[in-house]
Amino acid sequence: MSLLKYESQQREPLVDGNKDYHQVTEDIISPIEMKPSRLWYIGFYISVALLLFGVYSVYREVTYGIGQWNLNKTIGWGWDITNFVWWVGIGHAGTLISAILLLFRQGWRTGVNRAAEAMTIFAVMCAGQFPIWHMGRVWMAFFVLPYPNSRGPLWVNFNSPLLWDVFAISTYFTVSLLFWYSGLLPDLATVRDRAKTKLRKLLYGVASFGWTGSTKHWQRHESLSLVLAGLSTPLVLSVHTIVSFDFATSIVPGWHTTIFPPYFVAGAIFSGFAMVQTLLIVVRKVMGLQDYITLGHIEAMNKVIVLTGSIVGCAYLTELFIAWYGQNPYEWYAFSQNRANLFSPYGWSYWLMMFCNVVSPQLFWSRKLRRNIAVTFFMSIIVNIGMWYERFVIIVTSVYRDYLPSSWSTYYSPSVYEIGFYLGTFGLFFTCFFLFAKYFPVIAVAEIKAILKTSGENYKVKMTEIEKADAEKFYLEEVEHEHVH
Amino acid sequence: MAGGIKKFVVGSFEDEKVLFPAVKNVRRAGYKIHDVYTPFPIHGLDHAMGIRETSLHTAGFIYAITGTTTALTCMSWIFTKDWPLNIGGKPHFALPAWIPITFELTVLFSAVGMVLTFCYLCQLSPFVKKHHFSPRATDDHFVMAIECTEKTNDAELQNFLQNAGAKEINVQVAETGWWLGRYDRDQKLYREEKGY
Repeated sequence: MSLLKYESQQREPLVDGNKDYHQVTEDIISPIEMKPSRLWYIGFYISVALLLFGVYSVYREVTYGIGQWNLNKTIGWGWDITNFVWWVGIGHAGTLISAILLLFRQGWRTGVNRAAEAMTIFAVMCAGQFPIWHMGRVWMAFFVLPYPNSRGPLWVNFNSPLLWDVFAISTYFTVSLLFWYSGLLPDLATVRDRAKTKLRKLLYGVASFGWTGSTKHWQRHESLSLVLAGLSTPLVLSVHTIVSFDFATSIVPGWHTTIFPPYFVAGAIFSGFAMVQTLLIVVRKVMGLQDYITLGHIEAMNKVIVLTGSIVGCAYLTELFIAWYGQNPYEWYAFSQNRANLFSPYGWSYWLMMFCNVVSPQLFWSRKLRRNIAVTFFMSIIVNIGMWYERFVIIVTSVYRDYLPSSWSTYYSPSVYEIGFYLGTFGLFFTCFFLFAKYFPVIAVAEIKAILKTSGENYKVKMTEIEKADAEKFYLEEVEHEHVH
Repeated sequence: MAGGIKKFVVGSFEDEKVLFPAVKNVRRAGYKIHDVYTPFPIHGLDHAMGIRETSLHTAGFIYAITGTTTALTCMSWIFTKDWPLNIGGKPHFALPAWIPITFELTVLFSAVGMVLTFCYLCQLSPFVKKHHFSPRATDDHFVMAIECTEKTNDAELQNFLQNAGAKEINVQVAETGWWLGRYDRDQKLYREEKGY
């Protein structure tokens, strides 16, 4: 067994500080039992304020209609769908970490999977807001559901990518939630069994579903996690593929390309990991979890960022080349004039996207920069700005100039309620995340314990030898030194 | 078995390296392990205890094909029989266009079904009350509960566990009910296993 799982001496342990099982519980669970810090309250109230502004913006939109947004007859999709795709993309990292990395037996996922999965769920919640409120008459939202109805029965169109999206996003949300919560059960039981107050015991008792840690339960739990991971892996790839079908199956120049599915999926993973970095760098600092989310974890995620960023870069160049090579005048016009021409109305956004997504992640070829927290944090913001602009470029620069110059639009910039809606989803996202960080174990305690003793064993052996040798050498030198004098 | 009272000798271990030989020795001595409660999954412990493999994944597969057939039959019936819509003159039976939804429903049915089955099999639900043998079983102890029969000599068993390396040993009485589970029924008898 040990031969099968041989680990190089170069691999650092996944958990620093030679901890025992109880110490792990103590480190991760005790923040839940303490009163939140002043910083938490400040962050939480800011998030709630943003959320309320979002609620007001949506209220305006529902009451006075879509006219509250600056969409026009040509640009029917603006910030709303840009934000939708952006949030869905962010929601890809969590399931990628917990599912694909589980299948690939990547031990480092244990430190970050819980928070990343939570982030996924909140991001998908935010994403779902945009198509729903964009319907205008939101009280008709249930029309997207296929059920025998009194309207004929009039069914939904199963051949439409927009309906595929309804199924994809709702399935993705449900499965991610189940995966996340089934993983949480053992850890909630840990909180329950440590609880000092009656209320906490009751609440966590209810939330942990009476988990005991029985061997038979663990055996089933392992089987469940593995199969859910196997199901989620194609699911996570399918979701952004289907989102890209919304564009790719249309005949709008700039959208009608077969490269969209892989290119969207790579972009989604890219932006998702950037958001995980943004959140975890703050969480590890504020909650003192540097021993669990180590520089090694940050470096591993930066490697994913440079890989997916480069795939996205390749995709940008490929679609540019194919637009020229394909000799379709409309397609080439969309790329050469609407996008790549810096002096066209939206040219700036194309080049901003190129810089943020293609050029800047190349910094991470350097190990030193991959392991630098300040650089990583800054880059994670840059990447997310870049990925927002990618969706903006795809949507707005393709639709603002139609086939007919007579229907070209004037310059589109969002209204205050469009911006407010977007900010509101930030409020929703961070309100949920603050509550999660306060009331749930942000690191998968049981999974950390499972890798605690095995990860980095050989590294530890190597380091002890080096330390011992150093000490001996140091001692001998000292002795020699004394002899000379 | 509902309503009965059972006696258990409970031994807590601190190290999984001690736990494995202890499980072996306890079983070899002929005692019936009710269950071992651990803070995290320990690979191979189920085999050491002689628990059979779970077939939860088979259930998952059955749910998955249920999802596939549900999606395909519903869409075919709706678009070819119930209300054939003319969408740009394309065929009513548009199988390629239905693949995304078929796939999503396959995954959805399988995931939801498996989680519900998991909760049912493990008797997990929000308001269920269970007997917890040790609060440290979710923290840092590996807790072995051995069921006592009329023939079992408690003192001898406690002594046995002490020698096997248990750090804390006590005797507990638990009311049996549907929630307690009967995983011992899952365990093969020691002599049935090969190689011993």
